Amino acid sequence: MIRKIFPHPYLSLTLGILWLLLVNKLAVGSLVMATILAIAIPHISAAYWPARPRLVRPFALLGYIGIVVYDVIVSSIAVAKIILFMPPAQIKSAFITVPIDLPSPEAITLLAGTITMTPGTLTVDIADDGRSLLIHSLHAPDEGAIRDEIKSRYEARLKRIFA
Amino acid sequence: MIGAGLDILIAALLVLGGIFGLIGSYGLLRLKGAMQRLHAPTKASTVGLGAVLIASAIGAGSWQEVLVTLFIFLTAPLTALYLAKTLIHSHVSPADVPPAANGAKWAAQPPIAQKD
Amino acid sequence: MIALALTFAIGCFAVALLLNLWRLITAPTMTDRLLAVDTMVVNVIALIVLYGIKTASGINFEAALLFAFTGFVSTVAFAKYLLRGSIIE
Repeated sequence: MIRKIFPHPYLSLTLGILWLLLVNKLAVGSLVMATILAIAIPHISAAYWPARPRLVRPFALLGYIGIVVYDVIVSSIAVAKIILFMPPAQIKSAFITVPIDLPSPEAITLLAGTITMTPGTLTVDIADDGRSLLIHSLHAPDEGAIRDEIKSRYEARLKRIFA
Repeated sequence: MIGAGLDILIAALLVLGGIFGLIGSYGLLRLKGAMQRLHAPTKASTVGLGAVLIASAIGAGSWQEVLVTLFIFLTAPLTALYLAKTLIHSHVSPADVPPAANGAKWAAQPPIAQKD
Repeated sequence: MIALALTFAIGCFAVALLLNLWRLITAPTMTDRLLAVDTMVVNVIALIVLYGIKTASGINFEAALLFAFTGFVSTVAFAKYLLRGSIIE
């Protein structure tokens, strides 16, 4: 029954919250409108969502977001230090290949976005078989350490969230 | 007392945001490599704007700024990815890029140049 | 104190905007120009929000949101044009 009304529960939840943020006040009218949108839009757009990502541990995602927000702040300070104080000749940039074994496209997208927003690294490209990412590091004295950190800090957690 | 603490928090966020925004744009001028320049705005400018938006959200007590912050933080990686793809497509020689695992190819790399 | 911090932040983002403009004029490659314009969009959104704090009005929010939308879409569209030679395939 609930599955029939909300074919895509996470999308419905997101749409409802977005609508409430957009109107910026908690009234009965906007709650009703949020519910209508949360039910209608997933039904109308269902044809464009053939495969739904399976979240095994949705609450682990909150912990992951916390880690990423912390890393974004730390990384911007590190990048700012490099921009301001390091002589341009000393900055050693490098391309690094990171092999990945994540199950779903959604998880890979999330990992690529995380890499871009965190310490000195930027996702550049994905291999055509989807099993490795090309990243660029602003200052990489040790390429192996960056690869290991991405694999242990982000990929392992994502693997637990998406089965 | 709480009001004074809130004022200090908002002022600190505004100053931090301004400094980070300036650093992001300065890095765009200072860094030498084309790939290096991508790093400055994606991180520093985005965090600077985020700090300003959060200061505005606290100051006005409204949630709408959270929406803009979310949107900026979700789209910044996508913009950076597209710009990096254009760079690797036309300004980075394939010899500088390490190979992918399992002998696969990178998606945005140009095919081997054919002679007409 | 907030007024002082507000003035400082507005000054910072204005200088950042001028630096972006300089980069836009002297950019070595097309991608650098695109990056400069994208950074200008981010800085302009920050200026809009700061102006909203200064005048204590909630109207500026919509302007900031629309600017964020159009900035993102136009940057991606132009990058796609550079990459593929066409936008809608």
